[in-house]
Amino acid sequence: MDKLKQYFKISLRNLKRKRLRSWLTMIGIFISIATIFVLISLSLGLDTSIKEQFKKLGSDKFFIDPRGQLAGPGTGGAVTFTEKDIRTIEKVSGVKDLSYFVMGSAKIEKDDQVRYANVVGIPLDRTNLWAETGFIDAEFGKILKKGDSGKIDIGSQYYHNDVFEDSVMVGDKIVIQGKSFKVKSNLKTLGNPTDDKVIYMSVKDFRETFPDKGEDIDQITVQVNEGADINRIAEKVKKKLDDVRDVDEDSRDYRISTPEELLATIGNILNIIAGFLLGVAGISLLVGGIGITNTMYTSVLERRKEIGILKSVGAKNSDVLAIFTIEAGLLGLVGGIIGVIIGIIFSKGLEFIAVNMLAASILQVSMPLYLIVGVLLFSFLVGCFSGLWPSWQAVKVSPVDALRYE
Amino acid sequence: MVTKSNQRTLIELKNVKKHYFMGDNIVKAVDGITLEVKEKEFIAIMGPSGSGKSTAMHLVGSLDIPTSGKIFLDGVDISLLTESRLAQIRGKKVGFIFQSFNLIPNLTAKENVMIPMTFQSQSRNESELKAEELLRMVDLGDRMQHYTNELSGGQQQRVAIARALANDPEVILADEPTGNLDTKTGEMVIDFLKKLNEQGKTVIMVTHDADLAKEHANKIYWLKDGKIEKITKG
Repeated sequence: MDKLKQYFKISLRNLKRKRLRSWLTMIGIFISIATIFVLISLSLGLDTSIKEQFKKLGSDKFFIDPRGQLAGPGTGGAVTFTEKDIRTIEKVSGVKDLSYFVMGSAKIEKDDQVRYANVVGIPLDRTNLWAETGFIDAEFGKILKKGDSGKIDIGSQYYHNDVFEDSVMVGDKIVIQGKSFKVKSNLKTLGNPTDDKVIYMSVKDFRETFPDKGEDIDQITVQVNEGADINRIAEKVKKKLDDVRDVDEDSRDYRISTPEELLATIGNILNIIAGFLLGVAGISLLVGGIGITNTMYTSVLERRKEIGILKSVGAKNSDVLAIFTIEAGLLGLVGGIIGVIIGIIFSKGLEFIAVNMLAASILQVSMPLYLIVGVLLFSFLVGCFSGLWPSWQAVKVSPVDALRYE
Repeated sequence: MVTKSNQRTLIELKNVKKHYFMGDNIVKAVDGITLEVKEKEFIAIMGPSGSGKSTAMHLVGSLDIPTSGKIFLDGVDISLLTESRLAQIRGKKVGFIFQSFNLIPNLTAKENVMIPMTFQSQSRNESELKAEELLRMVDLGDRMQHYTNELSGGQQQRVAIARALANDPEVILADEPTGNLDTKTGEMVIDFLKKLNEQGKTVIMVTHDADLAKEHANKIYWLKDGKIEKITKG
């Protein structure tokens, strides 16, 4: 152990001796380590917050969306659901409850300021499945309940991010498509700017406000009985719905997604993006590693005589290998430490911008201790690995040849 | 000092040759040397430059492997040892002193003396104490924390002597130890070697200074063209 400590000391001394060269070499490492660190902490954070959102929704619900709409529900796609579909689904055994919504884009006005927002109509005579699970929750006031009319719940942006010049509060009035509505509650933030700007009203009010939409329904959420097999019931619902809508496997104009499927899809997309970026970072790390190899090789050439001296006073090949490999590893490690520090600053900055300026609290970074330690260990190993070949060249130096340089 | 018949043989060279290529020419640096180094001897290897004396010393110190012939270090045929094992034995049994000191530049005097002990896996504490003791012995007690470039030539050579003694070797090999020093400091270094010899160390000194050799050594090997020309008593 004492021996290894000494080698670390000697190696550190050598790096200090060629300070500028060491720093230049480490730049190559810390840029890529910082990138890798930011990417991992971002995707870990994103993964956690997405899973949390799904946990809020619960694993006993699945969603039925129209297929073939690019811009999401309510944006004027041809496919919609009807009351008949609702009744069909309700009759499937294992279905405990369902809710649905209809969505439209509306002109909203307050104090002579005009804005545009998505308005969602929800059936108040049914259980509000989102509210029930706490996915939608009031920060101020109380959310809409059965019998409410002319009242709305508004997303957190109206209060926290000034959609209008002044914050909109419980009791205020907003004019939507020419009709005046009273704010019944300000909702808690969801973390996604689009969702946090939505206005909720009863389906009844919605039909009156958006006569163009007729009796359309944009999305259906189905809750299954406790302990029931959600995939089996989703399958049954699909069969019945195919019959009612007169479609088959090929012409099916809607899509059923269970929470697992959605999670898997989102996870896949995230993985592909992260994988691509990590690949880019990996290439830059490779370049950084070659930088270490180059520096170490130069160092070995310059220090042939020193190697000869070490061997003449009893250094075994393994000692020489250790000294030079540790030196290369330290180049990687110090580069890694700087990289992690830059990475932490950068990640936190990104999070700050996302949460405070874009109101996207879903974009949170996560940097557990294992990530920091892991990245540092990794950069040390990258250094060692890059230094392996030059160190081997050092081992091959014959003491006599090296000492002849007098 | 006086050669006795019951003295143990430390190093033995049997018809050792060292040839190497320089371009297309074979250089016969050492061309068939047989010699024995016994304990407590003070030996000088003499010869003009190019006579092969440095190569001979490297072979005697088992830094180099012969092209042919056998070298025994404390009775062990070194050609049978692995490179690492040889390095370890060399570090333990032989201490080197070079003409150009050959200290490690970015280490302090004390750390330079500690290095050979580190390679023998001695504990840090032990090595530190020993290094301090050795540096005091060579009158450098007040220079332990100095880097080598802060030391004069004579001081550097004394650090090298301390380093050579670090693992308490039986043999001290000195290659032109006074070559880079002025007369006065040179004498001081030689005095140290004499003192070590009196304390029981075997000293082998390579030099081209005949007076120096005759004055201090009790046996002188005269080399010429890689062969031993004659052996004289000092």
